[in-house]
Amino acid sequence: MKADPKGVLTGSHYIDGDFACCEGALAAGCRFIAGYPITPSTEVVERFARRAPLVDRALFIQMEDELAASIAIQGAVWAGKKAMTVTSGPGFSLMMEHIGLAAMTETPCVFVDVQRGGPSTGLPTLPGQADMMQARWGSHGDYEIIALSPNSPQETFNLTIDAFNLAEQYRVPVMLMMDECVGHMMERVVIPPAEQIEITPRRFTKLPPGEYLPFKPAEDLVPEMFKAGDGYRLHVTGLTHDFRGYPAMSPEVQEQLVHRLVNKIRLNAPKIWRYEETGVEDADVVIVTYGITSRVAVEAIDLARKKGIKVGMLRLIVVWPFPEERIFELASRGKAVVVAEMNYGQVFFEADRAARGKAPVILAGHGGGTVHNIEDIVKKIEEAHRCRS
Amino acid sequence: MSVIKELQKASLSPAAGLTSPEKHPMDDFLRMDRMPHIWCSTCGIGVSVNCFAKALEKCAYPLDDVVVVSGIGCTGRVAGYVKVDSFHTTHGRAIPFATGLKLANPKLKVIVFSGDGDIIAIGGNHFINAARRNIDITVICLNNFNYAMTGGQVAATTPADSILSTSPYGNFETPFNLPFLAESVGAVYVARWTSLHVYNQTNAMVEAMQKPGFSFIEIVAPCPTIFERQQKMGDGLDRLRWYCENSEIRTDAGTKEADIRLRDKMIVGKFVDVERPTYLDAMNAHYQEHLGSKYKVYEG
Repeated sequence: MKADPKGVLTGSHYIDGDFACCEGALAAGCRFIAGYPITPSTEVVERFARRAPLVDRALFIQMEDELAASIAIQGAVWAGKKAMTVTSGPGFSLMMEHIGLAAMTETPCVFVDVQRGGPSTGLPTLPGQADMMQARWGSHGDYEIIALSPNSPQETFNLTIDAFNLAEQYRVPVMLMMDECVGHMMERVVIPPAEQIEITPRRFTKLPPGEYLPFKPAEDLVPEMFKAGDGYRLHVTGLTHDFRGYPAMSPEVQEQLVHRLVNKIRLNAPKIWRYEETGVEDADVVIVTYGITSRVAVEAIDLARKKGIKVGMLRLIVVWPFPEERIFELASRGKAVVVAEMNYGQVFFEADRAARGKAPVILAGHGGGTVHNIEDIVKKIEEAHRCRS
Repeated sequence: MSVIKELQKASLSPAAGLTSPEKHPMDDFLRMDRMPHIWCSTCGIGVSVNCFAKALEKCAYPLDDVVVVSGIGCTGRVAGYVKVDSFHTTHGRAIPFATGLKLANPKLKVIVFSGDGDIIAIGGNHFINAARRNIDITVICLNNFNYAMTGGQVAATTPADSILSTSPYGNFETPFNLPFLAESVGAVYVARWTSLHVYNQTNAMVEAMQKPGFSFIEIVAPCPTIFERQQKMGDGLDRLRWYCENSEIRTDAGTKEADIRLRDKMIVGKFVDVERPTYLDAMNAHYQEHLGSKYKVYEG
């Protein structure tokens, strides 16, 4: 279906990534944000607090903490709204239990993490990309989520819409993994007319009460949804539950439920993977990168090419699920891999695992606080090139 | 065959219908296919669930509009047994979940039913902020003075000197006075009753649910398996006798006097019943005043 024009601010704007995220959410049909202020994400909720009263049926509430924000959105979702919350590292840590709740209860919602330097309070005003593994595995227990990483305000707008659509398609919490640079960078953002924005509606059941089983999966492993007040009078729990939604404390039900939660993403992963390749075909070295680091990597690639090394780039747009088959293909063709990210190895270890020893995989990482020094990436490209030959 | 089994059979049998003589009066309200429940014999939670069913009947809300939200713990299991839309959330976070639910669809009648550890200790921050905002929900807090689901640990509500597994030499902390706390943070309706006071409890639930805004009921309930046994206070019936002899029903009491001591008289009754704009009423009035015709009243 097409976007509701009431939330779409069609036109050309000069705004930062945080504002673009807010506009993306409104365009996607998000009408409920529960937030808690934290640098460098605050501008997202500041804009939503201004916009919501002027958009029909939209509401912003500033909660008492991130625990509250991350579960208030789930209450709103079960009442029928599209909802998201926005935070940065320390707040993201507090939200972990509710990411698990959303995974377990298959609540479609969006978590935005504008990453800053960590651990702990770290560097509140400076960038990081070290929450990537936390986004994937931060809550206890076994589950899969989807994580996207934009590299510009325009892409933040686009991917916020995609995040909502994926959340609805797979009934899963979707993480939008921004970073401080993309969040605070101001660029042109073109918002198209509503009729050009594709929106995935909630997968509500058409079965009547009595026939509908709330956690019985459809063919793609995703169950259809109901909402409170529709007369189904059903139960939703974070406990292991059967098709009826009733708690069931048995290894058999656990296997049936948790394996499906994992498989609904793993088996659908080829449909979810998204990456952008530049100059990969003739390359001897491929830089795998995402977010703001991808824009620095472009400069490093230019310098390395001037030095005679054929370098290409695979930019992850969807980071989780990870396109491991593609990495394996590239490594199998003898292309060395450099993973450039603002941490000491998170996506790197995944890429290294996916290459299965077919080619050298080298990390160009640092602890955050600023983008990469271009020369440092070039050195890693040279190192990878040497290792390859 | 046990009574429960018979009830189960009746509710599952194809013959069970409105005219069936085997139909139990609670059939419409409870998930009979989930019986027997997990609560201990003479625990106070079942009493309150029964009172809640009666209160809903008195209010005559369409059950399709009623939503029960619970956290974690013995009382947290209430959501699983009531046959309305119900959400069993995370420990301490039933109130913010209910806040999202209510604000997203104000037509829903949202009741948080959970225990003292859940609502007041781990969830205390949400409790005080939801009351301050005057979110239009009813919070029913079963206070059994301990963490019962995990085997009886000391709680933020445990009276001084109580022996529990993590206060083996007696509790030396000062417990919360729940009505005092609720009043001080802005609840518009505050009452306390015990599992003995089934009529008062039911009436309080009716009043609380009909009251626009954040209403709070504390139910002092026996936990005979752990709390009463550890304090050598007898079984559930002994405890009800104790409530009968030691509950002082007051209509004029200030919440400050409502402290609970282990073996002293305990004040019960309605403490607060005041008017204050709910969160959404305040929001709509404020935006209408400041944004004028640009603002369309929010109705969910």
